[in-house]
Amino acid sequence: MSAAPVLALQWSDWLDLFMHYLAFSMMSVGGAITTLPEMHRYLIDQQRWLSDAQFNTAIAIAQSSPGPNILFVALMGWNIGINTGGMPTALFGALLAMTGILLPSSTLAYLTARWGHENRQLRSVRAFKQGMGPIVISLLIATGWILASAHRNPTTDWPLWLLTAVTALIIWRSKVHLLWLLAAGAILGGFGLV
Amino acid sequence: MTGYYGNTLKSNIRSQPSSLTDLFVSLTWLSLQGFGGVLAVVQHELVERKRWMTKEEFVEEWAVAQIMPGPNVINLCLMLGGRYFGLPGALAAMAGLLAIPLVLVLLLALAYAQYGSHPYVVGALRGMGAVAAGLIIATGLKLVSALKTNPLGLPVSIALCLACFVCIALLRWPQAYVLLGLGAVGCTLAYRKLKP
Repeated sequence: MSAAPVLALQWSDWLDLFMHYLAFSMMSVGGAITTLPEMHRYLIDQQRWLSDAQFNTAIAIAQSSPGPNILFVALMGWNIGINTGGMPTALFGALLAMTGILLPSSTLAYLTARWGHENRQLRSVRAFKQGMGPIVISLLIATGWILASAHRNPTTDWPLWLLTAVTALIIWRSKVHLLWLLAAGAILGGFGLV
Repeated sequence: MTGYYGNTLKSNIRSQPSSLTDLFVSLTWLSLQGFGGVLAVVQHELVERKRWMTKEEFVEEWAVAQIMPGPNVINLCLMLGGRYFGLPGALAAMAGLLAIPLVLVLLLALAYAQYGSHPYVVGALRGMGAVAAGLIIATGLKLVSALKTNPLGLPVSIALCLACFVCIALLRWPQAYVLLGLGAVGCTLAYRKLKP
């Protein structure tokens, strides 16, 4: 299924989409990206609301665009809207999907943070925040490692790894602004040097 | 309008957002710098430049944001907004992170159909992706120094760091299990070290 499907979604379908995104939100421990397999199963295998190409492009665009990666959810809603009608429907789809994915998790995060602060003297709360410290710091380094090793061919990809390593060193040890390095990466990549 | 941190923490924090507008504008600017992930920018802008939180506070809040369902960066920023201005602060922080980038990503989706396969664009995105990976690694490396004050002690903290890195980056075990497993170890050890 490569071509984008042509759809006629009813209100009940939009409601179903919204309810599913509410559920994805509560399942997304470690970020919404962890629910991608579930989203794929629902949107493509079950409902056939998106093409595979639309699904993958949504993720790629959100990752190369400024802002949180969660915006890929908006693009999925947007594409469902495009497949079903025009731009207003697409905008509605984007906002509906974003509201669905954010509402439950954000409410929970807000209430938990509030509770955690009111009980910040509790031994268990302090133990949690301190005990998780080394793990979440390490998780960041591991995430960067995984992103860098997505390009896995040593003969052609070594300049990319070098760029990642040099970036990490510069930002770690100096006060250079991040945007300079992003610009440098874009220029080096654009001219085919990495 | 006071956040749930009230006024007690003000003395410990070197600076803070002056208003909801300041919060919204700051997070919009921050979000617009976040190519391939916003977290590195959050640490850079809010801890190092604006000094709205210390490195140690950042690690503590990040632990909560990471373990909760939902996008981690959004959880972190709404917790930060809530801490200064309550619910309006949380909403302003989320709106700042999302509103303008949402418009941009939709425009980009329209442009992508046209220019997405241009070799210069493909190459530039490849280069920026490599830089983004380096930014996240550097953020983690910078935060390691916050572990010096951790009640676990530096040797235990570093051992947990290494174990987590091996499980996630090298063995590629699912993140949720590693968080639960190593998290339980870390929290139990910290609980024993802390005085009741």
